Amino acid sequence: MEALLASAIGLLTAVGLYLMLRRRTFPVILGLTFLSYAVNLFLFASGRLALDAAPIIGASDSYTDPLPQALVLTAIVISFGMTAVITILAIGGFLTVGHDRIDLDGDDEAPK
Amino acid sequence: MSLALIAALPFLGACLPGLAIRFGRSACAAATGAVTLLALVLLGLQAPEVLAGKVVQTRIDWLPALGLNANFMLDGLGLLFAGLILGIGLLIILYARFYLSDRDPMGQFYGYLLLFQGAMLGIVLSDNILLLLVSWELTSLSSFLLIGYWNDRPEGRQGARMALAVTGGGGLALIGGMLILGQIAGSYDLSVILTEREAIQASPLYLPALILILLGAFTKSAQFPFHFWLPHAMAAPTPVSAYLHSATMVKAGIFLMARLWPVLSGTWDWFVIVSLTGLFTMVLAAKIALFKDDLKAVLAYSTVSHLGLITMLLGFGTPEAAAVAIFHIVNHATFKAALFMTAGIVDHAAHTRDLRHLGGLRRLMPITFTLTLLATLSMAGIPPLNGFLSKEMMLEEAAHIAWPTPWAMALAATLGALLSVAYSLRFLAHGFLGPERSDYPQKPHDPGPGLWAAPAVLVALVVLIGLFPNQTAGAMVNLAASATTGREIGLHFAHWHGFAAPALWMSLAAIGGGLVLLGTWPRLRAMWDATPRPEAKRMFDGIIEPLAADARKLTTVLHNGSFSRSLALGLAAILAAGSYAFLSAPHQPGSRPMLPLDIETLAMGCVLMLAALATPLLHRNRVIALILTGAVGLMIAPLFVRFSAPDLALTQVAVEVVTVLLMLLSLAFLPAESPRESSVPRRLRDATLAGIGGLATGALAFAMLTRAPAFEPISSYHLAQSKPGAGGTNAVNTIIVDFRGYDTFGEIIVLSIAALVIFALSETLLSSPAAARRLATLPRREESGDRHPMMPVVATRLLLPMAMMVGTYIYLRGHNLPGGGFVAGLVFAIAYLLQYFASGYDWSHARSRFDHHALIGAGVSVALLAGVGAWAFGLPFLTSGYTYLHLPPLGEIELATAAIFDLGVFLCVLGAVLLALASLSRLALKTGERPNTTAFDLEEPR
Repeated sequence: MEALLASAIGLLTAVGLYLMLRRRTFPVILGLTFLSYAVNLFLFASGRLALDAAPIIGASDSYTDPLPQALVLTAIVISFGMTAVITILAIGGFLTVGHDRIDLDGDDEAPK
Repeated sequence: MSLALIAALPFLGACLPGLAIRFGRSACAAATGAVTLLALVLLGLQAPEVLAGKVVQTRIDWLPALGLNANFMLDGLGLLFAGLILGIGLLIILYARFYLSDRDPMGQFYGYLLLFQGAMLGIVLSDNILLLLVSWELTSLSSFLLIGYWNDRPEGRQGARMALAVTGGGGLALIGGMLILGQIAGSYDLSVILTEREAIQASPLYLPALILILLGAFTKSAQFPFHFWLPHAMAAPTPVSAYLHSATMVKAGIFLMARLWPVLSGTWDWFVIVSLTGLFTMVLAAKIALFKDDLKAVLAYSTVSHLGLITMLLGFGTPEAAAVAIFHIVNHATFKAALFMTAGIVDHAAHTRDLRHLGGLRRLMPITFTLTLLATLSMAGIPPLNGFLSKEMMLEEAAHIAWPTPWAMALAATLGALLSVAYSLRFLAHGFLGPERSDYPQKPHDPGPGLWAAPAVLVALVVLIGLFPNQTAGAMVNLAASATTGREIGLHFAHWHGFAAPALWMSLAAIGGGLVLLGTWPRLRAMWDATPRPEAKRMFDGIIEPLAADARKLTTVLHNGSFSRSLALGLAAILAAGSYAFLSAPHQPGSRPMLPLDIETLAMGCVLMLAALATPLLHRNRVIALILTGAVGLMIAPLFVRFSAPDLALTQVAVEVVTVLLMLLSLAFLPAESPRESSVPRRLRDATLAGIGGLATGALAFAMLTRAPAFEPISSYHLAQSKPGAGGTNAVNTIIVDFRGYDTFGEIIVLSIAALVIFALSETLLSSPAAARRLATLPRREESGDRHPMMPVVATRLLLPMAMMVGTYIYLRGHNLPGGGFVAGLVFAIAYLLQYFASGYDWSHARSRFDHHALIGAGVSVALLAGVGAWAFGLPFLTSGYTYLHLPPLGEIELATAAIFDLGVFLCVLGAVLLALASLSRLALKTGERPNTTAFDLEEPR
């Protein structure tokens, strides 16, 4: 189980990083989304894995660590807020300058 | 509390001018003045206690573990300086109101001025040297803003930069020196340090500490060889020069030397370094001042010279000399501030400050002339003005110094005084005396009282202190001097000390010599022009420019405007550092037992990973990429369920739906495809970096999961207290709304701000012509014939009340079972979003009764009230309480204040999500879409 979750976290990170290294805004936003999935899962994993141990008092015999869950819960909502902000930034950039490249015009690597 | 308030007032008030400028320039100045006046009144309330010989203290713990506390103290020295800062500050505010032109942004000016004032007050009121250092750096920063206020002028920018580089560099040295000092004394509190004289002077670190501290003081107070920044700072508006260079900024270094005088002075090192630096600066700057033509440049070098004089007096190390230094601080502040202001008046009236083009202003500007005359004579040290008193006392002290020979110090000090007489008289003679000139660009005349009132007050002080020193400044100076030196000082001021006093003859020699220099000035000037001399600015630039060029080269290598390139570089650096750490230590596998893999979880994980893997392969088609991303997000939810996190699963599903909807909407304004534009090697590079990053993160996660926590988790407390302490059985929810309620409060505010930012950005786009043009010409996608078909409209209508019921249920049960305000807000938001999707923005929005902004505001207010409500019971912010209510048909109902807080969370989330999506929808209206007026398309008008 642990190996499965760890590979999922690793893969999500890799996909997030690869997409963030793209040159257009939309893939970068998706990359950030992937990265926040990975980070949220990682934070959640810091409470270690447990089956049938939801931290509801009285519902089971043992409880998993509720603190990482509380942190991740708010993190999920905040990452939505951040995704929304960069999305409108991307739209604004596209509508203002007419393209959705993320690089400045002075970039010599960028295709003209 | 009161001392902290005095220091904090200018900072708090710094936002006022920017607001008050909407009501006019006088209102702006009045608001600024009111802040300063209030601080001055508060200071005045403390004065009687200080005058009675006590030290007022305010102690607030800030970071006690670091020794950093907001400790303030007010003794005679602090009172004198704080009085000067606030008193002259008031006059500057008045003067600036009439000095600044209509084009100058006045709110900004006064805002900066108050920031600077607060920083200065922080320096002179701090009892903690770390706090003092913070204030010290703040004065460097705020003076940068003030000096560069006219940022459209290159000399303003350069002067500000130079002042920041020099004083900021000195500030770094000062930090080192102060930390050493604190280490030796065993405390960062000044009141403790000041009692540790023996320990400090006996320490082997005394000399390094002394040199570092003096570097800070000398750079700030423009002592040789750091004197060059001050004249370049004259590019600032005159009120700034008058404030910074008479009573405040440059006196900070002096203040520091006076403050630490009891522990640092009295050693041979102190005497030699400080008194010789001061002496040399005094003579050198006075000589330069004699040959400057710009009124402000003369005053600038004169300031440097007088600062040298004060430094020299402090360097002598005798209590009497230190007392004279304090007296001269007062006198210099009065006459120099007045002179800067009159120089500004002349500049305004004659449109030039060049002494070669001025002359004969005596008749043209009689009021300005009278003020300048009195202040200049005081600067020259002519009896009976206040400058004379302190200058003569300075000469007397110099005459008592028998090093290196019995007369050398006295001679050099007399030379300084002589040059000072000469440049003062030239200032007067070439500017105001002589024949009236007719070649002024505009005939100068006296300004209104708004401009001359402030210097007039100061000149009145110059005369009053000069005539009645014992009745006016005497008590304050003696008090401050006693506080500085730590022993009782009872100076008596007199104009006449008898024929036996050496100072009399030195004074006469200075005046006589000064007159001779003035008489032979044209010849001296020719000599001066003929001799080559080092130019400080060129030397400074010679050091700075290569550094800046190298920095620029390095920056271009690392960051050439390509975001992905700098990201890749940063990523590579992080991975390199991580790999180094990983490879340079041995590793053992973790020993925590693993859970057995089951088929359901494996299936979930496989779907998730397949979708994730497909995304980068198919990402160029953006809709597909988005769908795959959504699939990954949705697959995370069952994983959360599997691993005992039902709350997270609920939130993940709800957020995922909202996120995908938002991104779908945003795709309407973005290209549908990402072009293939990266070369194969580049994609390989990115894939390698991403692969290593993913591998590392995965390995890290695995290492963590297979090990027990290094420290006992603190959450056993939360689990144990969830029911008895917070009244709920859902520990995650009680942590969010109760144990860590403060965090959550911050988080909903962040979310609200994010929504407002989205709204503001979309407003900007809506009002931008370029964006509107692109919106109108966006390629329209192929659309289905029905824009708002009936079926989904009916279905979403049916769903709305059900979704609301579910949302309410989730909210209500959240305290005990999975759910809560976050999820409930998202469920409501989705229900509303579906209405928008089904019937269109206009139709739905016209029917929504609640403004999204109001929802957000209500949410934050409700959460705040739930927190503040605890105060009514004498409990800390956000302490929650709960009780049980018995209602016969419903049974036992729990009432918890945390539920009110959760309601605030709910409202915030709902408002923020709706505002974000509504902002995007408003953009869609600009694409030329027809507004829809009916709920669904029954009879589409063709």
